[in-house]
Amino acid sequence: MAAVESVGIGAAARAADLAHQRVAFAIMTAFFVLAPFVVYPVFLMKALCFALFACAFNLLIGFGGLLSFGHAMFLGTAGYACAHAAKMWGFTPEFAILFGTAAAVLLGIVTGLLAIRRQGIYFAMITLALAQMIFFFYVQTPFTHGEDGIQAVPRGMLFGLIDLSNVMVMYFFVLAIFLAGFLLIYRIIHSPFGQVLKAIRENEARAISLGYRTNQYKLLAFVLSATLAGLAGATKALVFQLASLTDVHWTMSGEVVLMTLLGGLGTVFGPVVGAFIIVTMENYLSGLGQWVTIIQGSIFVACVLAFRRGIVGELGYWLKKPL
Amino acid sequence: MTEIFGVSTQALFGQLLIGLINGSFYALLSLGLAVIFGLLNIINFAHGAQYMMGAFCGYFLLLKFGIGYWWALALAPLIIGLIGMIIERLMLSRLYQLDHLYGLLLTFGLALIVQGLARNEYGTSGIPYDMPAALTGGQNLGFMFLPNYRAWVIVASLVVCVSTWFVTEKTKLGSYLRAATENPALVQAFGINVPRMITLTYGFGVALAAFAGVMAAPIYQVNPLMGADLIIVVFAVVVIGGMGSIMGSIVTGFALGVIEGLTKVFYPEASNTVVFIVMVVVLLIKPAGLFGTQR
Repeated sequence: MAAVESVGIGAAARAADLAHQRVAFAIMTAFFVLAPFVVYPVFLMKALCFALFACAFNLLIGFGGLLSFGHAMFLGTAGYACAHAAKMWGFTPEFAILFGTAAAVLLGIVTGLLAIRRQGIYFAMITLALAQMIFFFYVQTPFTHGEDGIQAVPRGMLFGLIDLSNVMVMYFFVLAIFLAGFLLIYRIIHSPFGQVLKAIRENEARAISLGYRTNQYKLLAFVLSATLAGLAGATKALVFQLASLTDVHWTMSGEVVLMTLLGGLGTVFGPVVGAFIIVTMENYLSGLGQWVTIIQGSIFVACVLAFRRGIVGELGYWLKKPL
Repeated sequence: MTEIFGVSTQALFGQLLIGLINGSFYALLSLGLAVIFGLLNIINFAHGAQYMMGAFCGYFLLLKFGIGYWWALALAPLIIGLIGMIIERLMLSRLYQLDHLYGLLLTFGLALIVQGLARNEYGTSGIPYDMPAALTGGQNLGFMFLPNYRAWVIVASLVVCVSTWFVTEKTKLGSYLRAATENPALVQAFGINVPRMITLTYGFGVALAAFAGVMAAPIYQVNPLMGADLIIVVFAVVVIGGMGSIMGSIVTGFALGVIEGLTKVFYPEASNTVVFIVMVVVLLIKPAGLFGTQR
């Protein structure tokens, strides 16, 4: 009887969760639809790509408890694959993005199988080392064109019909991709799979004793996260018509950690907010050179010491509603 | 000119030497990481930055006070180790109750700050640092030319590594340390000041990094980014060796340096990635690391 009651309460609470999260989602969508008429669309597209990247990263750390310090490898790999397919093989944008994402999936499966063999801190070090190996591979291999990167990538005609060289058309294409990715993550989090992930994060030994093959869950979470990070990277390559080494470097892996930490680890909307703040900061402070790195480092220290819930996490705490 | 597998012995031994030098730094740094991890349970991401700070400290001592290499070798680890202890007291000590990942994130942030400050001041080009007069020149060993300074680096780091191993494994102080690693609450109950021990241990680990930095300065020059990429390789070394044993990190460090050097001779394209490839192989065969125990 007590069990039935608690399930009932849980379901009611979950419905309430979803209600205010839907409101938040509606506000976010409205903001992104109206924003390009006020703010420079290319800047917004950059922020949306990073927001999706950070959401993908958050799926792994926030809900699976796995800190990947090498997520740039998925962003960069998908970017290179997408740019190469669009430029050299003449793929249409939708297939170029699919091809880039598929490359990230493949890399996610291979690196995921290796990384989940160790836990906790080792997991972070292994992903970082694997990403560095991938980085050196791209430095040496000819198709990436080294320091120059793959430049002048054509945006092409979407479905062979819609010309993406128009900046507003491109913006709404990117927004559609972002919203699709965001909703997919939202769905994953609220699925039974997402609940098992949370259980593994909280107590892996107990999840194993309950009969869950935790390694399979962790691998799937890793691959899903890699896929969405790849989707963000492939889209980014088309937005900037460029795929370069910056997107594979470990500093990029650090940045996505920072965005998620600042917005709120394990929150639904936090990574989006964090990504916007960091991208805005980099945009306005780009003239200050290395001060950007110093400010980023300081945000890390401040977040870890005093502000571990992040902005959205803190907001959700005050409103007593998880956001 | 004699040849082995189609490679001149001169080139082979030359690269072997460079491998041993790199291995010395891998060993010193992974040793420091292992010592810190053992007691604090955090991965010190700032280790590369602290290695760089050691080199800069040596440079400043020379520039501002005219203090030469030998004194710098003793003073820089002391100064940087002290800074490390202050960081531990003020920041890291607040994180022990939390998930270990927060320690990693905090030290990553600290590394960004330090490296950013250094790059702001000195850009990315290296500053030369002269080797001590006593160690210039070299020996002709018949099959190769051995610069004195490089021989000194290998010997000195071996001595430091083995002494660290000896102190932790064979002395009373070391037994306290190992006991506190196993069960800090119980060791505290025996009247040993564990928080102070933690602070000193972190300081010691950081001092090892700074010591490596001063030794590296005459070889690689003093450069704001000297530790940034190195630390990632050292992480791979730590994953390969496993952080369970002190001797394990020393052996793995030197061995991987040598493997990297040999790769430069036989297949130079892979010399950047060989350490990571070894890591992948070890993860497939023995996930806990060569000397580690899974936990």
